[in-house]
Amino acid sequence: MAMLSFERKYRVRGGTLIGGDLFDFWVGPFFVGFFGVTTVFFSFVGTAMILWGASQGPTWNLWQISIAPPDLSYGLGIAPLMQGGLWQLITVCALGAFISWALREVEICRKLGMQYHVPIAFSFAIFAYFTLEVIRPVLLGAWGHGFPYGIYSHLDWVSNVGYQYLHFHYNPAHMIAISFFFTTTLALSLHGGLILSASNPGKGQAMKTTDHEDTFFRDAIGYSIGPLGIHRLGLFLALAAVFFSAVCIVISGPFWTRGWPEWWGWWLNMPIWAQWPLK
Amino acid sequence: MTQYLNLFTSVRAVGPAHMGVPLPARDAPRFGNRPAHVGLFAKLGMAQVGPIYLGTLGVASIFFGTVAFMIIGFNMLASVGWDPVQFVRQLFWLSLDPPAPKYGLGLAPLNEGGWWNITGLFLTISVLLWWLRMYTRARALGLGTHVAWAFAAALWLFFVLGLIRPVLMGSWSEAVPFGIFSHLDWTAAFSIRYGNLFYNPFHALSIAFLYGSTLLFAMHGATILAVSRFGGDRELEQIVDRGTASERAALFWRWTMGFNATMESVHRWAWWFAILCPLTGGIGILLTGTVVDNWYLWAVQHGVAPPYPPVFGTVIDPATLPGAKP
Repeated sequence: MAMLSFERKYRVRGGTLIGGDLFDFWVGPFFVGFFGVTTVFFSFVGTAMILWGASQGPTWNLWQISIAPPDLSYGLGIAPLMQGGLWQLITVCALGAFISWALREVEICRKLGMQYHVPIAFSFAIFAYFTLEVIRPVLLGAWGHGFPYGIYSHLDWVSNVGYQYLHFHYNPAHMIAISFFFTTTLALSLHGGLILSASNPGKGQAMKTTDHEDTFFRDAIGYSIGPLGIHRLGLFLALAAVFFSAVCIVISGPFWTRGWPEWWGWWLNMPIWAQWPLK
Repeated sequence: MTQYLNLFTSVRAVGPAHMGVPLPARDAPRFGNRPAHVGLFAKLGMAQVGPIYLGTLGVASIFFGTVAFMIIGFNMLASVGWDPVQFVRQLFWLSLDPPAPKYGLGLAPLNEGGWWNITGLFLTISVLLWWLRMYTRARALGLGTHVAWAFAAALWLFFVLGLIRPVLMGSWSEAVPFGIFSHLDWTAAFSIRYGNLFYNPFHALSIAFLYGSTLLFAMHGATILAVSRFGGDRELEQIVDRGTASERAALFWRWTMGFNATMESVHRWAWWFAILCPLTGGIGILLTGTVVDNWYLWAVQHGVAPPYPPVFGTVIDPATLPGAKP
């Protein structure tokens, strides 16, 4: 059950970064490794603290459970457990688990002779989380600027922080990030659709080839990026979306404190406009 | 340990251009006998640009789309007194707005929203023709029509925003204006008017699929690149004749998270995640104002959001005041 028909020959020793052969084994389908152990440790402790925090909170309603960061008055200090200290410990555990997961992916890459694109891509997501919960709060001088851990409470945080800057859609990095998110989803639908359309041409018809894929996109828009290029493009679009998301929030507060619509004044007030019409 | 990481093409082999698989006899010939080769494109993907299939549908779609685009542009130009410099300076702030609420679903004078209606009509014709083009181009090559149906999901959201919901609400003024900042203003005002769209569960689903699509493409793109030295980018071959690239890609995710897709099924995940983003989003927009007037109160009523203490006292909903509705 735990092994696919072709799996046994791939289950070889080696490739670990830390621990040598000590943790070089599988549990069911999962590879363990040193970082598997640390992932389990951080995940367990973090989840347990969320549950403990929920038990001390006002509700067991799944949508409303929330573990809030410390009050702004604690600044960058350590808060009592029930006044945000839990949030601080959970954040440490989350980062520990995420980074362990990425390093475990590196070990699996090494085992399988794969390049490191996946853990590098995942590190962008970790970076975005780190930006939200560590870099920006540190720049603003209080852990209270982090977002709370709760399903609807984190949406409230996004909403409230957005309106602090009047209208967040005018944040130029936010614009770029959203454009990348939409473009990634568009490209994913096109790529998924194209592969499925070539491999599922309809009953009784022969499966189509890469030449058909390229021809379809050249016929449609005059250009096909090709079967290798689409994966580079997709990875780039996805990582750019994540990167600019991190940028758009870290500049809000530390580098721009007024409404984002106001930011665009530099464009309207450029001296160049005064030169026309030429006198 | 230094090793090559597949990011860009470092050595480009230049061969003869591929003119495309044969078209059915009823189709017109392709346009562009001598495809261009752009060296910069070759860094990421293919260098070849063209040929393209124009066809009646394509030409008609581009015609209507261009007319719509030009109407928007000239209305914006007119709004700054035909001053090209102010047009550039204020471009992001300029907008072609739908008619005022007093016109309902009737026709407004051209300069009071009539142009908006004409633009919407032309744009609708354009995207429908483009959908037919995506469908017929796929059939002409003997391909399935998955791309056309994915595009239809996007059209669903487009039509909900600009046609279906305005008709249900009884006014073109409910629709989205054509403009950079103006459509962002519309989005923000729409959310506030209906009690914060973050409490709309279909909005939440749509965002989950938007982020999910981005996550999936990062995972899939990275996995394929990571096994490209075993030929992982030849996905169609790998689907029917599984090679070591597919096996390693599958085992990577199996060992990482206990579950793996196959070379074909990962594209089904991709297709569904991508089309569910506009599908669920369209449902969320369609319900807003027609079925649900305030998503926050809806969420409180269904035990999703907590009722916040009334720190501001009793507030009268401005939408209930006289004069709020025409």
